[in-house]
Amino acid sequence: MASVLVCVKRVPDSSSEIVLTDDGQAVDGRFAGFTMSQHEQCAVELAVQTASATGGEATVLTLGDADALEQVRAALAVGCTAATHVVADSQQLGPADVAREIAAVVRDHEAAGRPHDLVLLGHDAADTGDFQVGIRLAYELGRPVVNGVTRVTVEEVDGRPVVTASGDGPDGHETYRVPLPAVVTVLEGGVEPRYPTVPGRMKAKKIPVEERELAAAPAGPARVRWSLPPAAPSDVHVLGKGPEAAPAVVDLLEQLGVLAR
Amino acid sequence: MILVLVEKDLAGAAVEVSLETLTFARSLSDAGGGVPVDAVVVGDVSPALQSQLAAYGVRDVHALGGPGFAAFAGAAWASGLETVLAASRSVVVMAAGTPRGGEVLAHLAARSGVAMAANVVAFDGLAPFVVRRQVVGGQAVEEMQLSTRPTVFTVAGHAVEAAPAATPGPATLVEHAPEVAESDLVARVVSTEEPAPDLSGSLKSARVVVGAGRGAGSEGGFDDLLELADLLGAPLGVSRVVTSLGWRPHHEQVGQTGSRISPDLYIPCGISGAIQHWAGCSSAKAILAINTDPDAPMVTKATHAVIGDLHEVVPAINAEIRRRRAG
Repeated sequence: MASVLVCVKRVPDSSSEIVLTDDGQAVDGRFAGFTMSQHEQCAVELAVQTASATGGEATVLTLGDADALEQVRAALAVGCTAATHVVADSQQLGPADVAREIAAVVRDHEAAGRPHDLVLLGHDAADTGDFQVGIRLAYELGRPVVNGVTRVTVEEVDGRPVVTASGDGPDGHETYRVPLPAVVTVLEGGVEPRYPTVPGRMKAKKIPVEERELAAAPAGPARVRWSLPPAAPSDVHVLGKGPEAAPAVVDLLEQLGVLAR
Repeated sequence: MILVLVEKDLAGAAVEVSLETLTFARSLSDAGGGVPVDAVVVGDVSPALQSQLAAYGVRDVHALGGPGFAAFAGAAWASGLETVLAASRSVVVMAAGTPRGGEVLAHLAARSGVAMAANVVAFDGLAPFVVRRQVVGGQAVEEMQLSTRPTVFTVAGHAVEAAPAATPGPATLVEHAPEVAESDLVARVVSTEEPAPDLSGSLKSARVVVGAGRGAGSEGGFDDLLELADLLGAPLGVSRVVTSLGWRPHHEQVGQTGSRISPDLYIPCGISGAIQHWAGCSSAKAILAINTDPDAPMVTKATHAVIGDLHEVVPAINAEIRRRRAG
């Protein structure tokens, strides 16, 4: 029976164009859609699968403003059964702060008789892209960490719970086998995140969400400011619109000498 | 001293992104009055690798060997870096922004209680040391101040062009075989499946590449694009979203996390042109973008464009090519 804690973050949808706030400290929420990153959607799926396969529980944790409750509910709607929300402005926290806050939740839950054997995170946050929270968390907790895997299973080996995690490395598909408790960071691609069902959404609304404040004053990110790269002047030659442009395209292919065979 | 973790390919040569990182390290060294750049390599250093590193101006090549480094473990590699860091009294530690590079440096930063900047593309000043790095998937740039020592950061792929040094370095081999604590070996690779053969080779050297993105619409939306590729004798290259959705295999991916191509002509169809993708195709001599959105970055950065749905435009191009060939 494995208790899994999966950490998610409310991030701007970066597949569309973004606008920054005037102070250059964040993406302007008025012009952005918000989501949970693909890596974290896969981490939630793996958490739910692991909890279900071992008869355990999957708890979702987020650190963010009041709106981040949307991502917590999304995880509850696909099978997480408990939730914790550290209410804080995530833009004011650096990766070391976030790791410390997650560690505080893990320790407090353990003290309350709810230890989390496995902590899953996305490999990197889709907005701040720090690539280090999971690893820093592991050092905070004194646990081993496997980084950037796509598949995760938990099984008993000689009476002890062990996580087997694998993903693509530079030398091929690599497998790690680590005794629990452990921290694992997940990359998209290994599992298909399930869609929430209507009953799932209804059930998610009724699950109480534990609200917390920051456990410690944050040191903050070392961010000076964000900026958008200047748009280079375009000198594109538009050959035409729609299928009518085909002759002009093939003229170009002939000019460039790439049509001959 | 600037220390650069250099990663090897399966043949034992330095990977391109590590050479880019060494080039970045040299520009930092120049700005800092010529502090030496040392390399750290885990495992064997072949004479070929040593001369490759010499060409990039490396002073010492620190080779980490011994049983603790037989299989990859992020914590073990970081502990090895700590050994070299102490021996070389380095103040800056860099790695390429690869999964391995980022992982090992994050371990090092966590163990040392210092900050780490990921995916740095440039530095602005030395005192204070301010770097620029990619955030929001490369859509925005963050200026970040790194005030802790050692200064730890990874360099984004293709942020700089790899260039050998004007004056080669001695690349003196210094061997280390430090003890690795058992606790640093708990999370290590226990088995590796042979990688699939490198199928991306033709993409990297092709004269013409046909590109496909989200605009293909579905797994079954590639027929016309594959026909165009066939008519031009070109391989298909795809954006990250296409491989993420499982529509096409990963070896066809072009971009920061895929192949970097430099064809005479690239024909991206239904690709918006996120920074991630642009990083892999910006070296194309000519770009013919086919897209419904005239304001898509791929269109505005292209040399030529057709505004329209690829599912209408590409079949018309295919028909025109066949018609002219028949004529």
